[in-house]
This record gives sequence, structure tokens and C-alpha cells, in this order.
Amino acid sequence: MAEKIGVYFDEASLGGALDLAALMDGVRAKWGATCPVVKSHPQLASDEGRAMIQADIDAGTVDGVCICGSSPRVDWDIYRFSGVLVERVNLREQCVLCYQDPKGQPVVPGATPELLQKMATDYVNMGVVKLQKAAQPGGGEIDVVRRVLVVGGGFAGMTAALDVAALGYEVLLVEKKDHLGGAAAEMYKTIPMTPPYTQAQPTGVEKKIAAVQASEHITVLLGAQLKALAGAPGQYTATIAVDGEERAEEVGSVVLATGWTPLDASYLKPLGYGSLKNVVTAWEFEAMAKSGAIVRKSDGAKPQKVLFLLGFGETLTPFAEKERAEAEAAAKKAESKEEDDAPKTNFVKQVTYKHLPFTSELTSLTALKQAGYVRELLPESIAMIAYEHMMVPGVNELYYKAAQNDPGIMMTKGIVREVRDGGDGDVVVVLEDTLLGAKVEIEADLVVVPTGMVPTTALEPVLNLKYRQGPAFPDLELFSGYADSNYICFPYETRRTGIYTAGAVRQPMTLALTETDAAGAALKAVQCLESANRGMAVHPRSGDLSFPKFNLLRCTQCKRCTEECPFGALDEDEKGNPMPNTSRCRRCGTCMGACPERVISFDNYNIDQIGSMIKQVEVPDDIETGGPRFLILACENDAYPALDIAALQGKSWSPYVRIIPVRCLGSVNTIWIADAMSKGTDGCLLLGCKYGEDYQCHFVKGSELCNRRMANIGETLGKLGIETERVQQLQVAIDDYAIVPELIDKFVKDIMKLGPNPFKGY
Amino acid sequence: MANTSILVIGGGFAGMTAALEAAELGHEVYIVEKSPYLGGRVMQLNKYFPKLCPPSCGLEIQYQRIKNNPLVKFFTLAEVAKVEGSKGNYTVTVRVRPRHTAPNSVDLSAVAKGLSGETASEFEFGLARRKGLYLDVPFAFPQRYVVDTACLTDADKSALSACPHVDLAEEERLIPLQVGAIVVATGWQPYDVTRLTNLGAGTVKNCISNMQMERLASPYGPTQGKILRPSDGRAPKKVAFVQCAGSRDENHLSFCSYICCMASLKQAQYVREQYPDADVTVFYIDLRTPGRYESFAEKVLADPKIHAVKGKVAAVAQDKAGDDVWVTVEDAVTGAKSVERFDLVVLATGMQPSLAAQKLPLDVTVDEEGFIVNGEDQGIFVAGCAKQPLDVMKTAQSATAAAMKAIQTVRGR
Repeated sequence: MAEKIGVYFDEASLGGALDLAALMDGVRAKWGATCPVVKSHPQLASDEGRAMIQADIDAGTVDGVCICGSSPRVDWDIYRFSGVLVERVNLREQCVLCYQDPKGQPVVPGATPELLQKMATDYVNMGVVKLQKAAQPGGGEIDVVRRVLVVGGGFAGMTAALDVAALGYEVLLVEKKDHLGGAAAEMYKTIPMTPPYTQAQPTGVEKKIAAVQASEHITVLLGAQLKALAGAPGQYTATIAVDGEERAEEVGSVVLATGWTPLDASYLKPLGYGSLKNVVTAWEFEAMAKSGAIVRKSDGAKPQKVLFLLGFGETLTPFAEKERAEAEAAAKKAESKEEDDAPKTNFVKQVTYKHLPFTSELTSLTALKQAGYVRELLPESIAMIAYEHMMVPGVNELYYKAAQNDPGIMMTKGIVREVRDGGDGDVVVVLEDTLLGAKVEIEADLVVVPTGMVPTTALEPVLNLKYRQGPAFPDLELFSGYADSNYICFPYETRRTGIYTAGAVRQPMTLALTETDAAGAALKAVQCLESANRGMAVHPRSGDLSFPKFNLLRCTQCKRCTEECPFGALDEDEKGNPMPNTSRCRRCGTCMGACPERVISFDNYNIDQIGSMIKQVEVPDDIETGGPRFLILACENDAYPALDIAALQGKSWSPYVRIIPVRCLGSVNTIWIADAMSKGTDGCLLLGCKYGEDYQCHFVKGSELCNRRMANIGETLGKLGIETERVQQLQVAIDDYAIVPELIDKFVKDIMKLGPNPFKGY
Repeated sequence: MANTSILVIGGGFAGMTAALEAAELGHEVYIVEKSPYLGGRVMQLNKYFPKLCPPSCGLEIQYQRIKNNPLVKFFTLAEVAKVEGSKGNYTVTVRVRPRHTAPNSVDLSAVAKGLSGETASEFEFGLARRKGLYLDVPFAFPQRYVVDTACLTDADKSALSACPHVDLAEEERLIPLQVGAIVVATGWQPYDVTRLTNLGAGTVKNCISNMQMERLASPYGPTQGKILRPSDGRAPKKVAFVQCAGSRDENHLSFCSYICCMASLKQAQYVREQYPDADVTVFYIDLRTPGRYESFAEKVLADPKIHAVKGKVAAVAQDKAGDDVWVTVEDAVTGAKSVERFDLVVLATGMQPSLAAQKLPLDVTVDEEGFIVNGEDQGIFVAGCAKQPLDVMKTAQSATAAAMKAIQTVRGR
């Protein structure tokens, strides 16, 4: 807790718009000994200004620094002080620059409008109280097991294991089969992994196996299965079934690299697979090439003409229609269901034809590679590829070109219309939209149809997490079962801290990309356990030393926090009390926002702190003379920067608004709204990120959960006779700065139509 | 004992990611960025496909991570001048050009407005002009103005001399750094349209590049986000996208640039969102929407006013009488040529590695296209599009992997 707060004003940021002398006198009069230092400086954001503050810190005069000037988003390097709490009061962007005079008068230096001065006064007081109610975060360090569990001994898993081991950390590599190598070991060759990207090459999997076996840091368990994963980053216990017994292994973090399995062949029926013997899948063809004998199943003869089919045409449409109908029926059923019917597990199998089109890049590349096998192993034969879109983006275009230059490989655009028996084991394929004609018939000795890659996570929970929220990764349905990230910028962000996915379990990918992906996942796994060791959060609040603390004496076991945590950080004891796992936590504060008893707090972010800031907003008793007041709680990651930029761009908004940044809307506790409304605030606006399927909330569910809570508070307000429209949540993206001021002004205008908050003056 | 610090050349998405991932594992990193701001190419994009979310959202998180981590040090307006030593022990000399402004975020917008000298904005690809004191974009990081002395008039110079936050006499500095490994994240540049003679070579008024389209659609771009024809500021009604403008072409870029198909589908959505009556046609050879981008393509192409036409564009020419654009298309199946009139044409120009045009003082091999093909043995690792064309997600994977390799090098196990 900061007890001696130095308040410093930056004159250069405020451009003479405020009456600084009055503000400083106000601080002295109101806060007295709490603020022993109140100073202003012509250019605080300078070496000189910094030195002035540092001198006060060194002299022991202050233990909290309140800087009133530019936004906390800028000049962070100048105002970095160690050992004290620092608060930045954003008087430039969100007070002076955004000030909108109700009468449209411009602000003249030296003649500060009363409303502007009031706004600044509120913000300064809010800054002081924020510091007063904050303590230096820390103390979350834990002992960690410097050992990474890698699940899956294929190309991805072995690469990750070797990368972790190369940093000197221990690895426990668990493989279900009795040998290492995964799918790569069953391949004859792979598409080119290095420049000039023209020749298929050995996978190199044998070398990897040898390196894994030779590593002193890697322990390999074969024929082993992960039965359960309990604990938290730094301190997991993995239960592994091996050699007929179950053993408990301590690990610090996890790389999930369990790869893929071939898509159910029933989806390939329309392409003749199953009914025609000489229609084989690409994965079956790979096995033939690996064995050295590419032959027809019907008669064992060497095929003269091998056709690779890539363009499905309409053949998948019936599956798509069926799935759509099933989804609609399920949605309808879910609607009519009671809430307590919710599934006990968070795992839902993802069986879909879509795994085939999602594998498009790999199926195209594989066809090119396997056409090369025909040329290599059957030099007298020819290979044909019929495709709709040759899905070889990036440098693999060069591989495609190399195949085009091979006279023994014929390629044409063409989608499949029909596949039928041609007699003598031959297969007749009817293609449409080809380069050879509108409709052509090709008779082939052997037809190869693509293999869809189904991630293992689509079919089973795999990790078997002993988490209160269930055994699997949440949100898998968003990605049809692939254990992928919803963040374009942050592909390693899953909703389970400490567990990072790599390889085909994330997306169908080439071995070259797998190598890269696994190295990245290995880094994240090591980084996570080191962060846990230092008591720090990982992405996106990397390095944050604060963490939620629970006063369980007042807990009523309502389970809201354990249910709502987007990261599954909270388990429950048998009575229903939350059992925090700090190293799983991302410090968003969603639990704090959820708790009706307000027993959850962070050292430097808590219910009392924000509540006290709200109290510092002076709400005039009479709306006619003093004007209304509105509270905005803004997501500090997106809405808050948008407001800064709006102000810097010359936009303004109602001077009756006070803005408080929050870690995430998920952390907004309804008590703040209730406090604000009961003291006569005319409206509360919550600005947060987009939610739903393409959510942009950095904490996944925060803005969505807040929206749900606000619906509930609406009912309470209604009972009190306060119009529910007085509390609203809007979805705002960071680049919406051109419209945010309008949204605020519209909100203010709409509320003004309702008249003053009936609680005003009480 | 190897030096455990890491140098990252390039402060775009790849460079920042590599630097942050290494720093968050406890390594000191130095980012050297040529331009006045971090963020690189993605800073110029309006939205990312397939989520249509703003790049500044992820960048803001990266900037926060940088602000919160004292192990990340960065230099803007900086280039690597010299590299000596070897893997584990490099001495790097960084040349930092003067910014000429105070090292704080003082708001110089009023001063900038008062200047008279102007030049075409590189950031806006020539679609707008800027002053000699400027900030690329509102989200620029660091949020500090920069002076371009070449753009200043004499009057500007005297005005700036009087400004206490500007120092026109500031000089270039050379900074020595000791590092153990190097990550190269020099990224890409849009392929030069003037070399595409059959596609108008940049002279057709209403034929723009896909990167220019990003700027037109951006709320902080030259038109505040309104997609308008450059010639007359009119709203386009019929828009064509020409895929593979420079890519997949032996005479230009031999490879496929990876992102352009998704980018055009995304931009088709920009047009359709702004203009409910507009028609959009995408001319392509193959529509390359790999993996889960399949769903994105399906969604965009479900719009009856967005047409995907399989055909190679043979020519783009300006209408003799007006500002419309004629597009000659060769049908990929029949080979027949047809000509169609549009009021705006967007060239899906490819991604050329930055090192096609500039050299780094490093002993690495760069192939004929400009991609780096080795360096690992020397503790030099490539992240992002300096190695091959990638989307943002794969760039992040690539950068994280490069950070891992760099750390392995400096830990020397």
C-alpha cells in the first residue's frame, strides 16, 4: 500500500489548459499527509523530470508515484521506477485533448472551463486513491520441475523433445506405439524441406530417432499412454500407463504432439473407394511406395497409368448437407434443454468431412510427391493429377513447377463427376472443366484419392486433464477438433496455460513447418515453467507479478469463478471452494468480476480499489446545475488505446464522462456498477472486445461473460426503478477510434432522454 | 563463454515476436529497425484475414510486452553497419540515424501542421502526402515524431529551430553491441508494379496494388477508410482483383506469395461491406486458400456479388476516353480471351523479400529471389518472410522457432 504518494504534473503535456496551481492546492487540501509531495515540472518527461522524481524516491519521501500528464501508453521508459508503485493519470489524452465544451467554446490557456477542471480533479483523485489501494505485487514464486512432457513420439514430438533438451532441460517423451517416428516413419519420402524446393527428400526421421535415443536429457516411454494430467504449470503430475502399470511422473509443462489419423474412408465412397479395388488412398499408396512395390490390389500388376484425384467437385456436398442438418437439430435441442442438463465433460467428438478440404495443401503436395514416386519406381508408367485448385502456396510453387517440367507427369484442372468400373480392374474417371475439354473420360489402372488428416484431439480428449472444467481443450469445435489457437498473432496461445501444441494436431502441416512449429512450442513450454518459477504471468500479461488472492472465509461456494475462468485455472475442493492454481492463471481478473461475495483480489487491482476510484467521481446532486455524470469502464488493451488515439486525432466526447481502464471486461464486478448507480451516476458504459465465434477478447471469454452479467444486473436495476438502459456494453475494436467518441456521445444523449438517475442526491 | 544477448534485425511482426519470446525466457535482446517505428508491414494493413480483426490489436499487446520487459531494447532509424566475430561472440555496430526530436511523446501535431514542405508518404504508398515532421500512423510505436530534413523548406527549418522539442543538429550515432546470436527478420516489400508492363506498370489511374487497397480501407489511411477511386474520388461499383501480379512468374517472382488469394478475398469483403451494390470479380489461376482458410473462402464466395473467375489476366489498360480500366482475361480452360471494363482494378502484387534490394553485412547466402538460405552454422537464424512467404500466424511460429534456435546457440549446450 502506498502511504506517501508523490503527485507530479507535467506542464508540457497539459499545454496550459488546466489551472495546475488550483489542482495542486486541491491535492494538498484533500489528501494532506497522504501526498507529501505535490510538484509540477515544465517538461516532466525528460531526464531532469525523472531525476526530480527519483530524488524524492531515494530520499524516502515517497513510496508511490502519481504522474499526471500523458497517457500510460507512452513515455513508459521515462517513468519506469523500481521499488515504488507508479500510477499514470491520463490528463492529456483522456481529459484535456478530448474535452468537449458543452457550449462549443474552445479552451483558452489561462481560462480553464470549470467542467474541465472538475474532470481533471476527479482523475487526479482517482489516481491517488488507486495507488492508496494498491500494494507491490509479488510472492507468487513456486518451485518448478524443469522437465517437459512431450506427448507423441512422431516428427513433431521428437523435434520438440530435442529442442527442449538442447536447452539443457529434461524431457519425458511418451509414445503410444512401440516405436518412435509416428506418421513420418511410415512415409517413403517427404516433399522438399529446403531450397531449391524441387526434389522430394528422405524425411530424416531415422536421424531424429537416433538423436532422441542418444540424448542424455530425454527419457522415452514406448507403448505408453497419458491417462491423466493433474496440477499446474511447473508442477504437473502425469499419470502414464506403460508396461501394464500406471506410474506418476512429475513434469513442469507439456508439448502436445499427438498428430493425426486418416479420415474415415466412408467419405471417399463417392470417389469409388471401397467399391473399386484399384482406388486407393494416398496414405495406402505411401505404404506401397515405402515397401517398394506399387501394384494394383486387383491383380498385383504394376499400374501403367496412375491418376491422382484432387478435385472433389460435388462429391462432398451430401456430407456437408447432412452435417448442416445435424448441427441445426442439435442447436434446436440445446435451446429447449434446461441448463443443468449441461454435459459433464467439455469434450465433444468432432467428426466431419471438413477434415478433407482442410487438408487441401497436404493432399496437393502429396499428389505431386507421389506422382514422383510413380516416375521413380515405375519409370515406364505415367502419372496424372486432376485438381481443382493446385493448393501449393508459398515456396512449394517451385516443387509444383518441377513436377510440371517432368514429361511423365500430366496435370490438368478437373473436378470429378463420376468414378466407375472400367473392367479388368481399370477405373474410369469422368472429369469436368478440364484443360483438355469440358468433359473427359480417363481410364486409369490405379486411382489415388486423398487422405484427410484428422487431429487426434477431434476423436478423444487426449490430455485427460484433471481440471474442474473437463479433460480436453475447450473450444475445439471452433477448429473442427484441431488444437489450434484463435489468435492470428499468437498461435501458441491455448486456453490451457503450460500446454502447447505442435504439428498436425494443430493444423495439417508439412514436415518443414512441423519442424518450425515444434521448436516454437518447445520454447513456449520452457518459457512457461520459468515464468511460473519467477511467479510471473505468461502471455498476454507477460511478466505480471500479481495474481488473484482468495479470502475463502467469506466464500459461499457458488462456483461462479471456477466455472467462468477462461483458462480453467480454478479447481474445487469437495465443498465447492475454489482451489487456485496460480501458474495456470493469466491474471485477467475474470474470477474477481464473477465473485458475488467479492472475496477475490489482486495486490494492485481489486474491488475496493476500483470501487474507491468510482467514489472519487464527484456526482452533482442537481443535474441542471452540475450536469450529469457517466462512468466508462474500458478494456485497457483495446478500447482504452482507441480512446487515446481518438483524442490525439482531435476527437472529443462528453465532459461528463469518467473513464476507468480495466484489465478485461471479464474483471468487472457488478458491485462497481451498483456503487456507481446508487451514488447517482446517470449511466455506465462498458467498452470491451468483440465476442462470439471470432472473438477478439485477449482473455477469450471476458467480454462475453461481462455481457451476461450485465443482463443480470439489468434485472436488479429494474427492481430498484432504475432504467436498464442506463447500463450498456458495447463491442469496440482498437481501430474503432473514429467512432468511439460518437458511441459515447450517443450513449450520453440517450440517457439524458431518461432524465436524471432517480437515486441522485441520496 | 558465449555472450547470451541476441540481435534481432527488423522490428516488424517477426522481429518483435522473436525478440519478445527470447526476452521472456530471460535473454537480453536488441531490435534494430530501419524505419522510425516498429510494427513493419502489418502496421500498414487494415485487417487480417480470416477474422477481419485489426492488426493494431495484436501489435498493442506486443508493444505492451516490450514496455513491460526491460530486457528488450530497440533502436529505430537504425541499421546494422558492421558485424565482426563469430557465433557466440559477435560485435555488432549499429548505425542510428538522428530522429531530431526529443525522446518523449510530446504532441507535435500543431508544429507539424504549421510546416509547408511536403513529400509523398512512403507509408501510404504515395496515396497521401506528409510533412517533414511526422508520425506514420496514430498507433505508431514509439509514439514519437520524426523529422525528415530532406523535406523541410527554409521556413520549416527556422520554425523547427525555434521548437524546444526539435534538434536539427542531432547527429548519427554508432553503437557497439555484443551478442551471441542473430535473428534476421527483414521481411518483405510489395513487388514493384512498375515492372509489370502488361498490367499497366503503375500508370493506369484506377489500377492500384493490394497494399494501396489496405491503406484506402484503413480508418487512418488517406481516405479515412472510404474505398474511393484515386482518379476522381468516386465510389467504385465494379471492382476486379488480378491475382498473381508478379507471383508465379519466371520473369518476376518464381514463387507463390502465399497470402494474396486470402488478401483479395478479404479486400472483396471490404468493398462489399462499404458498397452493397458493388460487384467484385477475382481473376485467379488457382485459388489458394489452404487449410482452414477454406472456410473463409467459402464464406466470402457465398456472396452472390463476389465472383471468382478462373483466368489469367493478360493485360490491364486505361480507357482511352475516361478513367475506367479494361481487363483482358484469358480463360484458363478454353484459352479464349475476353475484355471487361471495371472502374477499379486491384493488383494482387506479390511479396518480395526485402533482401532482394538490400544487403546485410552478414556472411549468409541469399538466393536469386532474395531469400536467405543458410546461416544456422554461424548462429544466424531467419524469421518470417526473409526466409519464405508466410501469413502472420506462420510468421509468428517461424519467429518463435528462430528465437529458440538463437537461445540454443547462446546457451551453448
